Amino acid sequence: MSAAQWRKAMNAGAGRVAMSGRPAPRGQTPLLAVGGLSPLLAAVRARHVLVLAALLVFPWVATPFITYQIGAQSLALGLIALSLTFLGGYGGMVSLAQMTVAGIAGYLVAILGAASASDASISLGWPWWLAVPAAIAVAALCAAFIGWLSVRTEGIYTIMITLAVGVAFYYLCLQNYSVFNGFQGFQRVQAPTVFGINWREPLPFFHLALFWSLAGYFFVKYLLRAPFGVALQGIRDNPRRMNALGYNVTAHRIAAYAVAGVVAAVGGVLLVWYNGLIGPGSVGTSWLINILVIAVLGGMRHPIGPFLGAIVFVLLQTFAIDLFDRERFNLVIGGVFLAIVLFSPDGLLGWWAGLQRKFSNMRPASRVSHRGDLP
Amino acid sequence: MAKFWRWFWSLVIGVPLAVFAVWAMWDNARLFFITLLNGLTLSSLYFIVASGFTLVFGLMRNVNLAHGSLYLLGGYLGYFTAQYSGSFVLALAAGFAGAALVGLAMQVGIFRFMQGQELRQTMVTIGLSIVFADLMMWAIGAQVHQMDAPAWLDGPLRGIPLINAYSKYRLSLLPIGIIIGVLLWLFLNRTRVGMMIRAGVDDRQMLAASGVNVNLVFAVTFAIGAGLAGFGGVIGAVELSMVPGEDVRLLLASLIVVIVGGMGSVVGAAVGAVILGLAETYGLAYAPTYSVVFTFVILVLVMAFRPRGLLGRPA
Repeated sequence: MSAAQWRKAMNAGAGRVAMSGRPAPRGQTPLLAVGGLSPLLAAVRARHVLVLAALLVFPWVATPFITYQIGAQSLALGLIALSLTFLGGYGGMVSLAQMTVAGIAGYLVAILGAASASDASISLGWPWWLAVPAAIAVAALCAAFIGWLSVRTEGIYTIMITLAVGVAFYYLCLQNYSVFNGFQGFQRVQAPTVFGINWREPLPFFHLALFWSLAGYFFVKYLLRAPFGVALQGIRDNPRRMNALGYNVTAHRIAAYAVAGVVAAVGGVLLVWYNGLIGPGSVGTSWLINILVIAVLGGMRHPIGPFLGAIVFVLLQTFAIDLFDRERFNLVIGGVFLAIVLFSPDGLLGWWAGLQRKFSNMRPASRVSHRGDLP
Repeated sequence: MAKFWRWFWSLVIGVPLAVFAVWAMWDNARLFFITLLNGLTLSSLYFIVASGFTLVFGLMRNVNLAHGSLYLLGGYLGYFTAQYSGSFVLALAAGFAGAALVGLAMQVGIFRFMQGQELRQTMVTIGLSIVFADLMMWAIGAQVHQMDAPAWLDGPLRGIPLINAYSKYRLSLLPIGIIIGVLLWLFLNRTRVGMMIRAGVDDRQMLAASGVNVNLVFAVTFAIGAGLAGFGGVIGAVELSMVPGEDVRLLLASLIVVIVGGMGSVVGAAVGAVILGLAETYGLAYAPTYSVVFTFVILVLVMAFRPRGLLGRPA
């Protein structure tokens, strides 16, 4: 889309605010003065600095267990769920196959790179700088293919078709021994040692995950304001009108799947390195649904949602054993998911926004200053 | 032109299938026909479960992803009923009634309040399926439950040409599936409630406007759809087995059956069930490690050329 077309589209409609279906943030003054600096700095607010500082300090304060088990896992899962938030929240296509895409990337890292598959020697042993980009590229292609399949029908069908594709991939991994090594899967899929740093160690791995999560987060945020992202949101709200405006609806949707596929694939590579192994269990139905749970739990209205959801999910998963029987984790997570879907469809973010509204209604005078110093 | 393409696709799909059939019969006729029977009896089970799924979807646009859980619930109920009463017919009734009651509770207690919010309803069914699966595992355990066939259907039927012997129970699934299909057809086409359901599939709002209590029709349909899943569960408890995870398998089968057959169409469910059942059993018999690939290829082909399914209509 050319710049002229883009301007026309913006002027024709009510602009981005109406398209994205939510009001622009009010009363938030930039922390740093704009004055001639790059607009990048102008967008920085107090809460951004606080969160970033907390993330950077966190691994030096927390124990390695918490850094790795909770920090890194949340980031990897959050990145995969971010791809679903992008697709579902902004593209209007709830895909249950995002874990499948991540799983394809993980499997390919194991198959192309180095892994030990107990008795069979399937892995090709490529170096990591070849195996990882190849895995991400192929996974993105698969994501585009899944997208092509599922955008042929509309709305509610998407969830069925992507679930069918995801479960079919699970059974393929389970039954096939020549490529996917069946039930066993691959063990010892490890992050490489680069620049003399062993990225498997908790601290380096956390920073690796943090880097890619931030990259994914800002990439998605950028994309949502770019012409492509705005067109995608327009398609979510009214595909017929966008089609009449001359946008190729199908192409935009498939491209959205491909982009989300890249994000999910990066998350998948991180997750396979985090776990150190991959097998059919990693792409089974429960994980397909867990990604949806994480995305919905956090809220699909903002790219930060999946990361919040992932933190809650991982905390529940890790400390479930202390609070109640570990066996009943599914009951708890299913119940939490059910409660969110039934009572707060926009997830934790929606709940938070609701609280804010309530609070600001009670004290209308202090609204602006209150909103100003949100973390 | 359209005729040409129809011929073209019949040839592209038909010729390789015919070549395979001839080769397989020449190679090992007994294996071929046993697989055929296995495939058709599995199709029968798939049809029973998926017809409930498609009925609910057609009327309410509710993708009930807890359908597999209802299947498993029906199976367990049937198993314990048969254990205590020793009657297979009673087990079937218990499976149907139990699942139908749960389905009714879901519709009346939850889905009635989110009419028209299809995605939210679907997410609720996902949550319910997680909770149901875990509750059943908690109450019953993760071990395999295998139900025995009733005495009058136990053992093999001997003296069939080419095959020699075949399980009576599995063979009986064919007529059961056909009877269920005919009953469902009669119910939908020859009764007043069936008429309302069909009218609701076409246009819900007009049905409501003409004075029909739509909520009641929805509740009845949901109960029947769920009941069919439970009924299938009892049948499947003998033919397959019951263990956590089977719910997902039957859910996947239902999904593929209705995607291939066309969503909301009972005849489509029958067609889809036969295609899926045959593809799965032939795949397992002739190419075990790639059998899922055939299912997937069918799904891809149908989505590529008939996005609404073989017998689907525009929503």
